[in-house]
Parts: sequence; structure tokens; C-alpha cells
Amino acid sequence: MEILQLVLYGTILGSILALGAVGVSLTFGILRFANFSHGDLMTIGAYVVFVVFTVMKLPLWLAIIVSLAVTAALTAIIDKLIYRNFRNSDPVILLISSFGMALILRSLIQLIWGPSTQVYEKGIQLAIKFGGGLRIKPDQIIILVGTVLLIIALHLFLRKTKMGKAMRAVADNAELARLTGINTEKVILCTWLMGGALAAAAGIFLGLDTRVFPEMGWNILLPVFAAAILGGIGNPYGAIAGGLVIGISQELSTQFIDPSYKPAVAFAIMVVILIVRPTGIFAGRSS
Amino acid sequence: MSDVLLTIENVTGGYGEADILFDLNMKVHDGEVVVIVGPNGAGKSTAMKSVFGLLKIRGGTITYDGHDITHDTSDAIVRRGICYVPQTNNVFPTLTVHENLEMGAFVRKDDISDSLDRIYEFFPPLKEKRKLPAGTLSGGQRQMVAMGKALMLDPKLLLLDEPTAGLSPKYMDQIFSIVKQINELGIGILMVEQNAKQALGLADRGYVLASGKNRYEDTGANLLANREVAEMFLGG
Repeated sequence: MEILQLVLYGTILGSILALGAVGVSLTFGILRFANFSHGDLMTIGAYVVFVVFTVMKLPLWLAIIVSLAVTAALTAIIDKLIYRNFRNSDPVILLISSFGMALILRSLIQLIWGPSTQVYEKGIQLAIKFGGGLRIKPDQIIILVGTVLLIIALHLFLRKTKMGKAMRAVADNAELARLTGINTEKVILCTWLMGGALAAAAGIFLGLDTRVFPEMGWNILLPVFAAAILGGIGNPYGAIAGGLVIGISQELSTQFIDPSYKPAVAFAIMVVILIVRPTGIFAGRSS
Repeated sequence: MSDVLLTIENVTGGYGEADILFDLNMKVHDGEVVVIVGPNGAGKSTAMKSVFGLLKIRGGTITYDGHDITHDTSDAIVRRGICYVPQTNNVFPTLTVHENLEMGAFVRKDDISDSLDRIYEFFPPLKEKRKLPAGTLSGGQRQMVAMGKALMLDPKLLLLDEPTAGLSPKYMDQIFSIVKQINELGIGILMVEQNAKQALGLADRGYVLASGKNRYEDTGANLLANREVAEMFLGG
């Protein structure tokens, strides 16, 4: 029963990682660089909910919507101001500039909200018990349901809408997309908006599950990248599976090793995958 | 003779610093099939890419339908009614056949279902495979997807870069007959072909290029009959 409970916790952590990894994978697939500021965008998303929900005392669902919109817009603005100038540069330059962006965002967060740890709601949430003694907290139900809804929405967007198909086309072959007449700048804008919104969602859920503090997103960036690589970077569906695998392995590992080594599990999985199958479990794309 | 659709006039240019084309001149009339042949490295594909805004053009002009398109971007050119089928990587491999065709019509805002039906009628094998990722198709069928994708915009001019490269002889014949059928719809075709004999056989006119310059220009039949051209470029 202990094992089942850990799998449940792992699924919750995995959902958060999956949302983060899908965002990383989407932006990588189209823009060809690993965005190191993705973790700090998650943190921004978490803090916007803190402001709207905890400080302004508005409903949580409204706070989540505002946060997704604000973070998405911020991501698009960062692209316009910074990344756009390096569109035709070496991907390494983009990578380093995203690293710089990560530092800027984190410093801004500390300037605005201070270095201390915050929680969305004070007090203890009672876990709901169900079949066979499994326990789950109401916030964790929100995380699971929210993740499923977002992933279904993303799937429908990528498969059914013209813009979603164009995003997949640009990920397949950006040059051919241009020759076909696809407006690639619009596709890039759309990709950033979605990447930003997904980052915000992951950050909010992480904040709901644990606490809100300036390094929260940066700390989780490694397992998020591990999940994206595991799923084959550039492949959003693989990223979902990768997130769940890493989340569940991290939780299950606490049965055998000290829980403080949990993050090392993600790292170990990433190293093994890079050696054994560099394209990920689901063949992703090489850049 | 019918109206001139495309004019390449004294074009000099290349991809980077070095020029590949020198004072190139070419014309395509409405509804005509024009073939570019020549040895490897003659600049055949480059000539075609110059039309599509993929080159740094340092001299000369390209006009289409009375408009100067020399420095237009690719998507502006697509909107004008020219479609280009590159030689390789000309389909989106993870998108289905159907989605590839839909992407071909990306710039259109109107209903595209009639065009889709027409393409499936034109390329019956694609209808069966419409739900499969284009990357899983054979080379010949992928070429059909690429052409079908280009036809979704009802172009007036189609640029084909070696459509039969790497195909088996059976598919080569099929592609050539498709090119002929497309032309019968009234669409002008500018085509680069390695398979010069067959291509000139169906061309109204042909250009022979060498080292980025015009070498010969004549009707397809005359070029085929020209001894010098045959010895130099067509392998005897």
C-alpha cells in the first residue's frame, strides 16, 4: 500500500514535471534551443497566483487564469526584446542569453517579493482518504485534474487547429514551412505564449503542492529537462511520459535511499538515457 | 505566343559572398513547361531558388505577372501564386498526408475542402494514405504529397526542383505524366531535371546552363536534336 501511495505522489510530482517539460519541448522543437529561463517563468507564474489569490483574496481559478495570461505575455515580451535578435545566431548564444534571462527573472522576483518562503493558504489541509487507505489532498486533486485538462487542451490545439498544425510543421522543417507560406513569426509568437502559459501552470501546481520561493523553478529545472530529454526533446507527447517516469521514480526511490537524494534520481535517469538512447524513449529530433 | 509569366533578367547572385549565377536570363510564358538542364554545379537549382527569394541577388531583376519580385520574401511570393517544390525534405514528415495538404493552403482564408477533393482525385494513392504521417510514404508518394501541397494554392506557376531524383524508373514515368497533367490544368511549370532526355521530351522550351550562365536556349525538341548539347550534357 505504501508503494501505491508513493506512485500517487509520484504522479502528482510527475504532472508538474510533465507540464514544465512540455513547455521546454515545444519551444525547443520550434526555436531549437533549450530555454534555461523556463524554471524562473514557472516561479513567476507561482508568484502571480500568490498576489491574486493570497494577497488580493480573489478566487483560485481566476488567479490561475490571470497567471497563465500574465506569464504568457511576459514570455512573448522577452522574446521580442531579447531572443528575437538572435533568431539567426548560433543556438549557443540563445542558450546563454536564456541563462542570463533566468538570473534576471530570479533577481526581479527577489526584489519584488523578497527571499522568504510563502504559502498560498495557511493552515493544514486534511487529506481525503479513499480505497485501501490511499490519501490525497484537495490541492493535489486540483493539480491532477488541471494537468489532465491542460494536456487535453494542448493535444486538441496541436491536432485540430490550423495554428497548432503549423506549429508542428515548423517543428518538422522550418525552412519548408517558410517556403509553403506559413507565417513563421506568428508561429513563434504562439509557441512562446503556450510555453509561457504551461510554465506558469507547472509553477502554480508546484506552489500548491509545496511552497512558493524564488528558487523553486530553478531548483526543479533539472528534473524538468530530464523529463523533456527522456521523452525525446522536441516531442511534447514524450515529455508528458518523461515527466511521469521521472516523478514516479523519484518518489519510489525514497523507499531505498535517503529522500534528500531524490533530485539525483532524475539526474541519474537523464545520464543513463543520454548514454543508452540519446534521442529519448520516443524518438525526438536532433537539432 | 501567350503572355510572359515570369522573367529573370540579367540576374547575378549567390547564397553568400560568392556569386553562382552570372547574368542569367530566363522566361516562362503562361501555361508553358520550361526545363532547366545542365551539368552538376551549373546553378540549375540555384536559378530556381533565385525566383523564390532564397538568394542574395546582386544584379538584375525578376518579374512575375508584371510585378518586381526580386527582393520579395518567400511567403509574399507564395501569396502571388508561385509555388515551389524543393528537391529533398519537401514534406512535413510527422504531419499526416492530409495535414500536409492543409499546410499547403496556409495562406488561404477561404474554405479549402474543394481543393482537397481535387488533389485526392488527382493523386488517388494519397486518398488511401491521408491519415498516415507523410514521412512513412515511399519516395514517389512523398513527391505526390509535395506537389499536391503546392497545388492547394491554385498557383499559376509551379517550380519543381528535380522531382524524379532518387526515384525508381516506374515512379519517374509516373511523375513525368503527373507533371504533364498539371500543365494541362493551365499551370506554368519551371523544372530542373537530371533526367534531361525525358524532361526535354515534354518541355515546350528548355535552357541549358553551364557555370551559372546561359548556354543554349531552344524548344525542347530542338535541344534534344542538338548534337552539341547531347554530347555535352545529355551523355551522348
